[in-house]
Amino acid sequence: MPKVKPHRTSPSLDMTPMVDLAFLLVTFFMLTAKFAPQEDVVVDTPASISEIRLPESHVMVISIDKDKRVFFGLDDAKVKEDLLATVGAKYSVGFTAEQAKRFTGLASFGVPVQQLPGLLNLSSEERQKASQPGVPIDSVNNQLIEWVTAAQRAEYKAFNKPAYIAIRGDGAADVPTVLKVIKLLQDKDINTFNLITDLEGKPVAGN
Amino acid sequence: MAEIQQKADSGGGGKKRAKKMSTKIDMTPMVDLAFLLLTFFMLTSTFSKPTVMELNMPAKIRDEREKTELKASNAFTVLLGGDNKIYYYDGLLDNNVKPDLKSSDFSADGIRKVLFERKQRNPNVVVMIKPDDTSTYKNMVDILDEMNITGQKKYALMEISTNDQDLIKGSGL
Repeated sequence: MPKVKPHRTSPSLDMTPMVDLAFLLVTFFMLTAKFAPQEDVVVDTPASISEIRLPESHVMVISIDKDKRVFFGLDDAKVKEDLLATVGAKYSVGFTAEQAKRFTGLASFGVPVQQLPGLLNLSSEERQKASQPGVPIDSVNNQLIEWVTAAQRAEYKAFNKPAYIAIRGDGAADVPTVLKVIKLLQDKDINTFNLITDLEGKPVAGN
Repeated sequence: MAEIQQKADSGGGGKKRAKKMSTKIDMTPMVDLAFLLLTFFMLTSTFSKPTVMELNMPAKIRDEREKTELKASNAFTVLLGGDNKIYYYDGLLDNNVKPDLKSSDFSADGIRKVLFERKQRNPNVVVMIKPDDTSTYKNMVDILDEMNITGQKKYALMEISTNDQDLIKGSGL
């Protein structure tokens, strides 16, 4: 009787299909990933339990940082040149084609429109360091509302619907500035606001 | 790792054979890297979108007659002060009526409990939120969040009046 040999299987397995799948998914996520453009303003948003996600596109963001500065940003690159021309014409500030192109890549800005050409001439590293005083919101020189109304008009023209207005305030920002921005928008009959927050867990009932 | 090294042919002075290389390569490090990248891109793409909290403000009132009077029994006022302090009182503040001002905080046993109790006593309560100039935006978001947590449907964000400010100062809380 022959000796019974234990059946030996090789412990190595064919990983090729798994690798194929893994790389397919890596490629998919790499291509669909949209990298957030670099922000010129640091805003640390407070947390809330709201689970509504910010829409992917057509978002207008008004940022308020802790030094009461107001920044304006729009994500639709298509309408941004149109927007820049409209607001520039209103304040008779001219922009070159190069500056307009750079403006479309700008996530947000916080300078009066008169200083905007100077800001656009800077490289992105220089812009990080440049101090931006914020978009003026006082009643004599209210440029923020001009940007918002011009952007809404441009969005209507291009997409037939208004942009989603989000307010991104820093946790340490003061309430009067935020309420002032809200009031300015209410004057233009914009009554629904979306405050950008971080997600935090819902408190358990009974706590 | 997953491959067992073939035992080296130790023939000594045997026939010289062409060395046979295995066609299999160890794919483990590559797979590790692939999954690492996969996890990275998956997490960054889905969690990068921030959340938003909706805030509806009343439309501008053009006609004074459209305004509705709020009953004092349904009113509940929350005042936000500096240093993360909360003050609250029942009813309406009038020139001759001074409501009893109490202080609270943002903890789970603080304003949340008060709001729950107030709502149980009277489900029609309307909460008026008045942030002081010294309060921060975080306080404002936190109190709006408390409204969502306690299921308070009717609330309004209002500007603080000088009477309210005097009440905080006079209370010594």
